[in-house]
Amino acid sequence: MTAEAQGFKAQTGTVCPLDQANVDTDQIIPKQFLTSVSRKGFGKHLFFDWRYNKGEPLTVNNDFVLNFPQHQGATVLLTRENFGCGSSREHAPWALTDYGFKVIIATSFADIFYGNCINNQLLPVKLSDEQIQVLFDAVAASSSVEITVDLQAQTVSCNEHEFAFEIGDAHKFTLISGLDSIGQTLLDEEKITQFEHARQTWQ
Amino acid sequence: MSKTLYEKIFDAHTIVEKDDDYLLYIDRHLIHEVTSPQAFAGLEEKNRKVRRPDRTFATMDHSISTRSLALDACGPENHKQLRTLAQNCEKHGITLYDVGHKKQGIVHVMGPELGLILPGMTVVCGDSHTATHGAFGALAFGIGTSQVEHVFATQTLKQPRAKTMRITIEGELLDGITSKDIVLAIIGEIGHAGATGYVIEYAGSAIRSLSMEARMTICNMSIEGGAKAGLIAPDDITMDYLKGRDYAPKGQDWEEATRYWQSLYSDDDAVFDAEVVLKAEDIEPQVTWGTNPGQVIGVNTPVPNPDDFNDSVTKTSAVNALDYMGLEPGQLLTETPVSHVFIGSCTNSRIEDLRAAAVVAKQGKVSSSVTAIVVPGSVQVKQQAEQESLDKIFIEAGFEWRLPGCSMCLGMNDDLLKEGDRCASTSNRNFEGRQGRGARTHLVSPAMAAAAALKGKFADIRAFQE
Ligand code: SF4
Repeated sequence: MTAEAQGFKAQTGTVCPLDQANVDTDQIIPKQFLTSVSRKGFGKHLFFDWRYNKGEPLTVNNDFVLNFPQHQGATVLLTRENFGCGSSREHAPWALTDYGFKVIIATSFADIFYGNCINNQLLPVKLSDEQIQVLFDAVAASSSVEITVDLQAQTVSCNEHEFAFEIGDAHKFTLISGLDSIGQTLLDEEKITQFEHARQTWQ
Repeated sequence: MSKTLYEKIFDAHTIVEKDDDYLLYIDRHLIHEVTSPQAFAGLEEKNRKVRRPDRTFATMDHSISTRSLALDACGPENHKQLRTLAQNCEKHGITLYDVGHKKQGIVHVMGPELGLILPGMTVVCGDSHTATHGAFGALAFGIGTSQVEHVFATQTLKQPRAKTMRITIEGELLDGITSKDIVLAIIGEIGHAGATGYVIEYAGSAIRSLSMEARMTICNMSIEGGAKAGLIAPDDITMDYLKGRDYAPKGQDWEEATRYWQSLYSDDDAVFDAEVVLKAEDIEPQVTWGTNPGQVIGVNTPVPNPDDFNDSVTKTSAVNALDYMGLEPGQLLTETPVSHVFIGSCTNSRIEDLRAAAVVAKQGKVSSSVTAIVVPGSVQVKQQAEQESLDKIFIEAGFEWRLPGCSMCLGMNDDLLKEGDRCASTSNRNFEGRQGRGARTHLVSPAMAAAAALKGKFADIRAFQE
């Protein structure tokens, strides 16, 4: 993990409202960018097919929310259910963080994507449909509205609203500590070795 | 205490339990060129080694050409990625089935073929369709690249416990219905995210009667229902498939292993968090109409009207999907022309899939308006098919016969569709742009894909039965 020892802090920022359900990782970062052997530089390809018009030369699609002037610099991505479904590509969170997002708020996330976010210091926040709607409405009313996410307290606040959210203890620890997860596991190396010794040859 | 199959495997691999996380031992780690380079680079930054290269196996599949064995056939970027994999495997002592190897193939086709996947194992790969291997009663799931690195360094993974769902399919399948139709019907039933947070166990007489290959097709698409993994309890069909394979246990080990495997089933009174029951007789040949795999109908059913859906999210998804797919509510897919047919992918590129497609291909010629390709899942599948002269049947009928790889399932090579192309595909994802920007993908079984190639539009496979 590159973000070692820079744990997740409380985060306040403006919002990019992506009002779509089932956004899959093929949309977040299309296949043609997966040939890279590095973790860096994916932000410029984030949501490529939606963000740029078809054909050459490449032109920006001004109808796509990410390109709206009022949402430049947003650090919170607000979206709907089943975000990050499909392919396990970690290039998806790499693209989101490289672009500048720190938090994604959705009704639900696909499992593998959720884990990938945790491993990249990108906080996935699950809220109810109603709560998400409140946030969409707040952004629609004022695009400069800020959302504050406090991971320690497990709360999201926006204007007069404050919502609590759930996150597993282990995931919370990983994010807040910012520790190298492999290093943590290797503290138990002896137990791993014992386990290996107890395996049958065919196992 | 009674346990589900999932719980038995999970518990047998738990090394340490901490909070809501469990440190699980990983028996098999499969890798490929796309999701491993950053993990190897991470190891090197920290001066770490691959703990168990003997439990790690690599192949090249995603970004390779299906027309040429040259690693640079798909451009310098792909070439660099493939060379990086070869160098990393060499450096860390990992067995690599590279392009040109007689056992190379799509990771989820080649692994089982080699007998690398055994009942009761934990199996991971940086690829969401790792769920395929659950067909052997192994707990198999896809992981991200940070986790690939974690498994390299520790041979373990931190995991929370998943919820359990049992999907039972009783009865007999109608003629012409394949396991692809079963799994598409399941996803249609539970929805594209219906199993998020769950591990599915597939049970019932219709599942038990399936071959290993058909079981792999079902488990493969567990992820398309949102599930972490899919499982089928091992039985005689599993043992018969495994016996004698390269990495399967031999002699005394085989005896011991099979005795253990026989204990791998969900206890009678085990409790699942969710139960779904489907009748085999109700399953028709399936075709997806939308841009997620849950948007699926029987081949003779008209394309739905978004107004038929109650909740607003499903309705909006349907509106967007129809727009992208260029379809109208009420339209019949049997009247909808296709321009391309793709038979391949880790879902449907095994020998049985090719046999089923060949039965249909023999009955006519590929329509002049259709480009159709057949991409075997592995070199072994390709050779077997050629021994059975299936290649001749395909070529005779007007299909292209290609080299093994992921190919048009995701188009990281040059097998890409153009905007507006409409493809009957045996792969697993019909997302926007999956097969090329603006291209329209309809998921079907191999026989249905072959039928679409001949007819130039979707067709009910039951009209083609021999
Ligand atoms: S065939 Fe398709 S789904 Fe399967 S591993 Fe390759 S790209 Fe992934």
